[in-house]
Amino acid sequence: MARIIVMTSGKGGVGKTTSTAALGTGLALRGHKTVVVDFDVGLRNLDLIMGCERRVVFDFVNVIAGEAKLHQALIKDKRHENLSILPASQTRDKEALTKEGVERVIGQLAQEFDYVLCDSPAGIETGALLAMYCADEAVVVTNPEVSSVRDSDRILGLLASRTRRAERGEAPVKQHLLLTRYDQARVDRGDMLKVEDVLEILAIPLLGIVPESEAVLRASNSGVPVILDEKSAAGRAYADAVSRLLGDQIEHRFPAAQGKSLFQRLFGRTA
Amino acid sequence: MALFDWFRVPRQPRSASLAKERLQILLAHERTELSRPNLLPELQRDIMEVILRHLEIDRDKVVMKLDRAPDLSTLEINIELPHATPRRNDAEPKAALQRA
Repeated sequence: MARIIVMTSGKGGVGKTTSTAALGTGLALRGHKTVVVDFDVGLRNLDLIMGCERRVVFDFVNVIAGEAKLHQALIKDKRHENLSILPASQTRDKEALTKEGVERVIGQLAQEFDYVLCDSPAGIETGALLAMYCADEAVVVTNPEVSSVRDSDRILGLLASRTRRAERGEAPVKQHLLLTRYDQARVDRGDMLKVEDVLEILAIPLLGIVPESEAVLRASNSGVPVILDEKSAAGRAYADAVSRLLGDQIEHRFPAAQGKSLFQRLFGRTA
Repeated sequence: MALFDWFRVPRQPRSASLAKERLQILLAHERTELSRPNLLPELQRDIMEVILRHLEIDRDKVVMKLDRAPDLSTLEINIELPHATPRRNDAEPKAALQRA
């Protein structure tokens, strides 16, 4: 049985696509057949973050409309044999996705892959609702910041009411919190919400804490998912999150504040 | 200079605890029925319907107000009744409703 996982957040810019690329690549690295699906019709970016933007021929909407076969639209990752990408359409609008079409295509993918990761668009419109519709599990990507936490709470409500599992009265979508852009130094100063604060408010299990890291921009610049940057704190955090997704019990790492020496702490200006 | 920060009385509260407190209050409300879309328009329509069955009132003279506070939320409905004669100096529409 494939695990269908939606990567969602409500708010934009919190790291859904970065996290989809990282977790998808991580799962493939561990030997699981994985597909990452871009639901952001009209604003596709997963192809860019995965570094396969020049190989897109057909897309998700073409498959739904019957204009292309699923295997024609799927792009095989160059680095990992187990990994495929289903890009979103760049030219159509979000209404091009239909519930029946999405169910059919995700169903087909679930036959072929072990993991289907659905990268949701921001917002709570059709695209976001369709991205979560078939999901068995949800990774709620959240920044330690008020608007992101509020939007995540809203998304949790939708996961409990607007998914196929909810409609059918099945077991609820399993929820995971992925806290991204975490900055321990700012937390220590009392200027950023702590992990514990966010957990207390959202009350769902923690999948991982990804620290704010320069490696993320470097990764997207070069189209190589950040999990492959094994030296970076963000890359290691995503690798840990993959392990937890696979059922390993791993302690959460709290990366120490970066880049400030004792000298800087004594005499440097506080930012 | 960071050195002098050690001698300064820490500012209270830091913004993170403020953020947490604001979120807790906000989400406690957003998770309740009170934040259902169209709740107020629907309530207003139904309440008007009931009152119109008994009294002739001006639709424009109905004011509904929802106030969300940390401990207690209130729904205030103010309906001005046309022919109610104010008793004493009390011309408050709310008082008029209570009498009716």
